[in-house]
Amino acid sequence: MTKHHVSTTINGEPAEFLCEPQQTLLDVLRDELNLTGSKEGCSSGDCGACSVIMDGRVACACLALGVEAEGRSIETIEGMAEGETLHPLQRLFLEEAALQCGYCTPGFLVAAKALLDRKPDPTETEVRFWLAGNLCRCTGYDKIVRAVLSAAAEMRG
Amino acid sequence: MDGQGQDFKWIGKRTVRPDGVDKVTGRANFGADFSLPGMLVGKVLRSTHPHARILSIDTEKAHALPGVKAVITAADLPDIPSEEAHFGEDPTDFRHVSHNVMARDKALYDGHVVAAVAATSESIADEALGLIEVNYEVLPHVLDVEEAMKPGAPLVLEDLITGGVTPTPKDPSNIAKRVQFDLGDTEAGFKKANMVVERRFTTKPVHQGYIEPHAVVASTSEDGHTLVWCSSQGHFMIRAACAKLLGLDVSQLRVMPAEIGGGFGGKITVYLEPLAVLLSRKTGRPVKMVMTREEVFRGTGPTSGTVMTVKIGATKKGQITAAEATLAYQAGAFPGSPVGLGCMTAFAPYDLENVKTVGFDVVVNRPKATAYRAPGAPLAAFAAESVLDELAKALDIEPLELREKNAAKEGTKAPYGPRFGPIGYVETLQAVRDHPHYSAPLGPNQGRGIASGFWMNFGGQSSAVVNVNEDGTVVVTLGHPDIGGSRASMALMAAEVLGIDIAKVRPIIGDTHTIGFSDITGGSKVTFASGMAVVEAAGDVVAQLRERTAMIWEVEAEGVVWEDGHALPASTNVGEFEPLSLAQIAAMAAKIGGPISGRASINAKGAGPGFGTHICDVEVDRETGRVVVLRYTAVQDAGRAIHPAYVEGQLQGGAAQGIGWALNEEYVYGDDGRLQNPGFLDYRMPVASDLPMIDTVIVEVPNPNHPFGVRGVGEVPIVPPLAAVANAVENAIGVRMADLPMSPPHILAALEDKA
Ligand code: FES
Ligand code: FES
Repeated sequence: MTKHHVSTTINGEPAEFLCEPQQTLLDVLRDELNLTGSKEGCSSGDCGACSVIMDGRVACACLALGVEAEGRSIETIEGMAEGETLHPLQRLFLEEAALQCGYCTPGFLVAAKALLDRKPDPTETEVRFWLAGNLCRCTGYDKIVRAVLSAAAEMRG
Repeated sequence: MDGQGQDFKWIGKRTVRPDGVDKVTGRANFGADFSLPGMLVGKVLRSTHPHARILSIDTEKAHALPGVKAVITAADLPDIPSEEAHFGEDPTDFRHVSHNVMARDKALYDGHVVAAVAATSESIADEALGLIEVNYEVLPHVLDVEEAMKPGAPLVLEDLITGGVTPTPKDPSNIAKRVQFDLGDTEAGFKKANMVVERRFTTKPVHQGYIEPHAVVASTSEDGHTLVWCSSQGHFMIRAACAKLLGLDVSQLRVMPAEIGGGFGGKITVYLEPLAVLLSRKTGRPVKMVMTREEVFRGTGPTSGTVMTVKIGATKKGQITAAEATLAYQAGAFPGSPVGLGCMTAFAPYDLENVKTVGFDVVVNRPKATAYRAPGAPLAAFAAESVLDELAKALDIEPLELREKNAAKEGTKAPYGPRFGPIGYVETLQAVRDHPHYSAPLGPNQGRGIASGFWMNFGGQSSAVVNVNEDGTVVVTLGHPDIGGSRASMALMAAEVLGIDIAKVRPIIGDTHTIGFSDITGGSKVTFASGMAVVEAAGDVVAQLRERTAMIWEVEAEGVVWEDGHALPASTNVGEFEPLSLAQIAAMAAKIGGPISGRASINAKGAGPGFGTHICDVEVDRETGRVVVLRYTAVQDAGRAIHPAYVEGQLQGGAAQGIGWALNEEYVYGDDGRLQNPGFLDYRMPVASDLPMIDTVIVEVPNPNHPFGVRGVGEVPIVPPLAAVANAVENAIGVRMADLPMSPPHILAALEDKA
């Protein structure tokens, strides 16, 4: 099968890769670029474990094709901390114990960041509906929602 | 109350978990995150027939496809004899595990693996699966537990003779075993009752629903040793099962524990792991196998669907005189449903004179049931706690009061045998009564329900090593996979015993070659059993630190005490010495006897039983049948909360799973015996917008058998919600929902029936 050459930007840095036309963006990130922070939970757009930000919008990497990354800007969990400084969401997830197994965590963090980027002052209900595309089986969401609200408050200053 | 402010320096602190940063940055390696050069992709072919004899499998075409390196079927696995295997709470049989991993002679359910391939790419592996020709003779199938129990039902396993009945039946049937637990005389007890309520309940199988699909990498070297990386609830279990199923020495397999993305009991057995090991041994190359979500649903663990009858009688004043339950649990295609645990737990929160529980473990053409959080208990509690509410109403007694009147306490003889030591059930009921939630006003179509739950909790084999580094930092090596933050609790306990700062303690999970045998993470045992091992190993370090100090001071070891991270003279009689810190002693270790390393390998006994009581408010939409949970409070006795935030997390997570079980989740099969909803869209688990905040109250009645009083907490929280929701729905709309899930169509049908 002929592979496609794709030039894109990942976490602010130029990236290039070869991929098969049917390969998903998630497979490319994980298998070709070794960015395994984005997780696969379903491959059908139902769990959000693979959430990435594509040109500013949150997207399921399992539903996008690798070739769709051409010319776009992709943000993944690996780009969320600035050097050694965790993003407030990351830090508050830790401080407020918003993870148990941690498998859903990258997806929640990416989706929550996309929310706070566009809406710095969400209500609890808004957080719950925004994150309704992300499944967590461990926490019952309570501490996740609280951590997102705490991060929002902190970031508003 | 959360253990803070007592005599402890670290126990009860909400520290950041040691593995946390890696988990929020995407750095943590889960099962599927591992890769090796030259790695092949392994894939399995699954039966789409619920029941079929495998007449032949032709793998020639698949073999011939360029890029295919191996194709295996049951013929490539040894045909092992029956042998009891102890992975989780209920024993299973290695022969059944083998036949479940790869169908031999018959495919027993939609999704049963019949062959596997290893190829150079995923697309080639997929293509190869399509080239495998399986010649089936399709057989009649049976899915329903009551159908399966009838004489003349299609036989799932042709040689299955019912255990637990005398005389032993001559003919095979689908009833794998019958169990019974008796206390007193229920017949006499029901005669004393003024009111008796009896009801039949049904539930559907539900899946554990961990978000991480099963994944494994196996790599075999020329000398026949295989390294395995996988996420599971027990790498020693993976090693034991792979060795047994493939006829290998245990030491030929080294299993490395990956981070695990949830298990809830569903990862206490093997599926892909033996196949990956075999494929890598055949090809001499690393092989990676990862399940799709559809495969997880079709091929792995749901818990049992059930048919249950519960009967409870009481006096006018609300004294329960007798309780009976008959539970029939689907085991899936092989024996081993948790029906025995259902029987043991059904009435355990109550101090009863007369109890009889009878259970049937029934095989059907569905995936082999696997443990799911407090296996068997939520189902039995759903039935028992629903009938209790009905009984309370019939007697015109407040449901909470009925529970208080009959609550088990220290000294109560549990229906399954033992007498309880100190337990905290009454305290959970009191906490419910005192909670503002319990008396908050409700609106129209809203209802409140309460229900209780019990889990005996388990101990077991556990190993820990505490190595003191030359700079006074400490590495704690543990044997149980950390599924929900156990490294945080272990670090707290080690820091407490050693008296050093938590930042100096680094806990890790050892692999099967680097730490002593440890049982699976399950049965709510880790904080209890692994905690005991850590406390003992850290105590061993303290003893060595005292000895070393004694050498330096040239006194007897008894003359040295360990306090707050320092060696001190026991009294002025010993002499005048400056205290020595752990770091100071560690720096001198080489000169005074060598490295300081503490270890413990124990079989922890005396896990304290756990009790919880939940309050649930719902609102029912009479037009759509939708039930919304408005408010939820989970109260539980944790013995001692080592890390309260993670205890709360267990309560919240268990409650959420129970709410999903109550309201939405179910395996839907067609008449053709095929699973119709093997995906998260159609198997609907609760999402954030479905749930309210889940309030928690941690009660602490210490377990005297643990140095810090720990009881297991992970499983109890899923036991009460099914009945708590059902009781709330009943109070909202006056309809008793005896069949799960209480999904909108079922609610609407029940409302119509009532009208
Ligand atoms: S893996 Fe993409 S949404 Fe589940
Ligand atoms: S923390 Fe395990 S799935 Fe969310």
